[in-house]
Amino acid sequence: MSIDSILVLGVNHKTAPVEVREQLAFTDDPESPFRNMKTIPGCTEFCFLSTCNRVEVIFASSNQEETIRGIKNFLFAGSNVSEKEIDNFIYLHKGSEAINHLYRVASSLDSMVVGEPQILGQLKDAYRDSSQRDCTGVVLNRLLHKAFSVAKRVRTETNIGGSAVSISYAAVELARKIFGNLKGKRVLLVGAGEMAELAAEHLINQGISEVIVANRTLERAIKLAKRFNGKAVGLAELHEQMEIVDIMVSSTGASDLILHQKDVKPIMRQRKNRPLFLIDIAVPRDLDPKINDLDNIYLYDVDDLSHVVEANKSEREQEAARAQRIVEEETLKFLQWIEEMQLTPTITALRRKANTIAQAELAKTLGNFDFSSKEKKSIEKMAGSIINKLLHDPILFLKNTHSSEDKSEKLDVTRKIFALNENSEKDS
Amino acid sequence: MLFTLTYILYGIATSAYLTFFISQEKKIRSTARCLLFGAGVLHTVTIVGRYIEQGHTPLTTHHDTVSFFAWSMTWAFLSFRWRYQVKNFGTFVSLLIMVLLTVGAMSSTRVIELPPALQSNWLPIHASIALLADGFLAMGFCSGVMYLLQERELKKKRFGLFYTRLPSLDSLDNLNHHCLTVGFPLLTLGIITGSFWAKQAWGSYWHWDPKETWSLITWFLYAAMLHQRFIAGWRGRRGAILSIIGFIAVLFTLWGVTFLLPGEHSYVN
Repeated sequence: MSIDSILVLGVNHKTAPVEVREQLAFTDDPESPFRNMKTIPGCTEFCFLSTCNRVEVIFASSNQEETIRGIKNFLFAGSNVSEKEIDNFIYLHKGSEAINHLYRVASSLDSMVVGEPQILGQLKDAYRDSSQRDCTGVVLNRLLHKAFSVAKRVRTETNIGGSAVSISYAAVELARKIFGNLKGKRVLLVGAGEMAELAAEHLINQGISEVIVANRTLERAIKLAKRFNGKAVGLAELHEQMEIVDIMVSSTGASDLILHQKDVKPIMRQRKNRPLFLIDIAVPRDLDPKINDLDNIYLYDVDDLSHVVEANKSEREQEAARAQRIVEEETLKFLQWIEEMQLTPTITALRRKANTIAQAELAKTLGNFDFSSKEKKSIEKMAGSIINKLLHDPILFLKNTHSSEDKSEKLDVTRKIFALNENSEKDS
Repeated sequence: MLFTLTYILYGIATSAYLTFFISQEKKIRSTARCLLFGAGVLHTVTIVGRYIEQGHTPLTTHHDTVSFFAWSMTWAFLSFRWRYQVKNFGTFVSLLIMVLLTVGAMSSTRVIELPPALQSNWLPIHASIALLADGFLAMGFCSGVMYLLQERELKKKRFGLFYTRLPSLDSLDNLNHHCLTVGFPLLTLGIITGSFWAKQAWGSYWHWDPKETWSLITWFLYAAMLHQRFIAGWRGRRGAILSIIGFIAVLFTLWGVTFLLPGEHSYVN
C-alpha cells in the first residue's frame, strides 16, 4: 500500500457552480454510485459523499489513471458537461493532499460557512452507506475513522463552531445573554416580513412560548400568526403589547420611525423594568436609536447585528488557522501509519527469507549424518538463534527512524541488500 | 502561622480562579473549587485555633472580624454553589475574599482584653450573624459588579473579555436577588441580637452609638432596595448599582465607623 494510492476526486462550491453540482447529485437513483463504481477497474476501495455543496469520491486505487478516468466518466455521465470541460470543475488530490483535504472537509474547514456542524454528520452517513455495501477496506476504514476523530479534536480544541455567523442566529444569542433561558418568553413581530419570520423561527426553536404579530394590514398578521400558533393584533395596539412581551422584532416598511424614546419610557414603567430586547431589522429603521439609552432596554439594529456577525466571523478565521494546524499534524500521523504498513511486511519478508535458508541448510546437513534426536534439536536451535541474532540489528535499524524520508530510504536499502523485492516477485 | 497558611491557600485558589477566567479551561475550575474548599476548611481551623487561644469567640479584634467576614463569605459562596451554579462567579468572589484577608493580614492580631461588661453569650451570636449577613451582602456586591460589566458590553455592543465569560443578565439579577433576600434577614437579626446585647451590657436597647446608627442606615438602604424591587421593579441595572452602594455602606459600618468615629464598638485603639 503506497500513500499515493489514496485519492480524492470531486466538485464543491468553490470549483463548480450549482448548475453543475446539481447534475451530479444522483438523487433519482441513490444506489447507482455504489453499483457503478464497484466495476471501475483498479478502484479497490471508495466512499461516495454527496451534499448540496459538494460531490466527491474518496478512493484507493491500484491503477490510478484508469480509475480516475472511470470515476470522472461516471460522475459526469448524466450531465451536459463535455469531457474537455470536466477538468475545469473538478479537483483531484493525491496522497497526503487527499488526506489533508478529507480532514478539512470533516472538520468543516472546507465548508461554505466555515465551522458549520452538519458536514460531519453527512460524511458519517456517506461512510456508513459505503461500508455497508462493502465498498471500503482497511485503508479507507482507518482513514475515515481518523477523519471523524480529527473533526472531534478540532471541535473541542478550537472554538470554530462557537459563535453565531448569521444575523438571526446572532439575535438569538444576544437574547440568551439577556434572558438566559428563552422558555416562557414572548416575542412580538412588528411587520410581517420574511426576515421577521426567519428570526421568529430561530427564537421558537429556542423555546419562546408565544408569538404575537402586529401588522398594518391585519390580514397578513393573522396569516403569519397562524404559522406560529400565535395571535395577531393591529399596529394601534403596539404600545399595549410591548408591556407584556420580552423581545420585539421590528421590520415594517415604514419610511419613518414608528417608536420614539418618549413612547417607550412609560412602557418600561408599566413593565416594572423587566428587560426588553428590541431588534430593528427594518431599513430605514423603525425604532429610535435613542431608545437604547434607556435602562434595561437593549436595542440592536441591522448594522449592530452584522457587526456581531463580522466579529464572530473573524474570530472563526483565527480558529480555522488553529484547526488547520491540527489537520496538518493529523495528516502526518496518518502518513506514518501508512509507512508502518510497509515496515511490517518488510520485516516479515526478511524473517521468512532467513528461515527458508536455514531450513534448507539444516535439511542438507542433518541428512548427511546420523544424529540422535536430541542432537538434531540442539543444532536446529543453534540455527534459529544465529538467524535471530543476525537479524536483530537490521530490524532495529529499520525501526529506529523518525523522519519519514529516512524510513523509506532505509526500507529501500534493506530490501535491495537482502534482495527481498526479487524474492516477493518470484513468489507471486 | 495557621493564618499565613490559610492566606497562601486562598491566594492559590484565587489565582486558579483567575487563570480559569482567562483560559476557560474546565479542569482548572474544578481545581480552583477544591482549593477554595480546602482554604475554607483550613480557615475554619484557624478560627477555632484563635478561639482556643483567646478563650472566647475570636470576634473582638479587627483582624479576627475581617477574617471571620472572609470566612463567612467563603462558606456563603460554597453553599450557594451547592445549590446552583453561576458562571465565573467564583473568580469575583475569591478576589473579594482575598482583599478582605489582605486587610486582615495587615492589622494586628494582638488580643485586647474584653471589658467585663461585654463578656456575654450575645457576643458570638450577634457578631457572627452580623458578619454572615455581610458575607451574603458581599456576594450581592460581586453579582452587581458582574451585572454592570455584562450590561455595559451589551449596551455598547462591543464584546470583550466579559461577554462570553459572564452569565446572562437574567441569572446575574436573580443571583443578586438571592444574595439580598438571604443577607437582609440576617442583617435584621444581627441588629436585633445586637440590641439585646446592648440592653444586657449597658442597660438600654439602643443608644445611638455610631456603629448602631450606621447599621441602621445600612438596614434602611437594603430595606428600601428590596421594597422598591418588589413594588416598583427596581431590578437589573438599578438593582445592581444599589447593591454596590449598599455594600459600601456595609463596609463603612465595618471600617469607617471603627476608624473614623469613636464609639463603644471600636475594637482598635
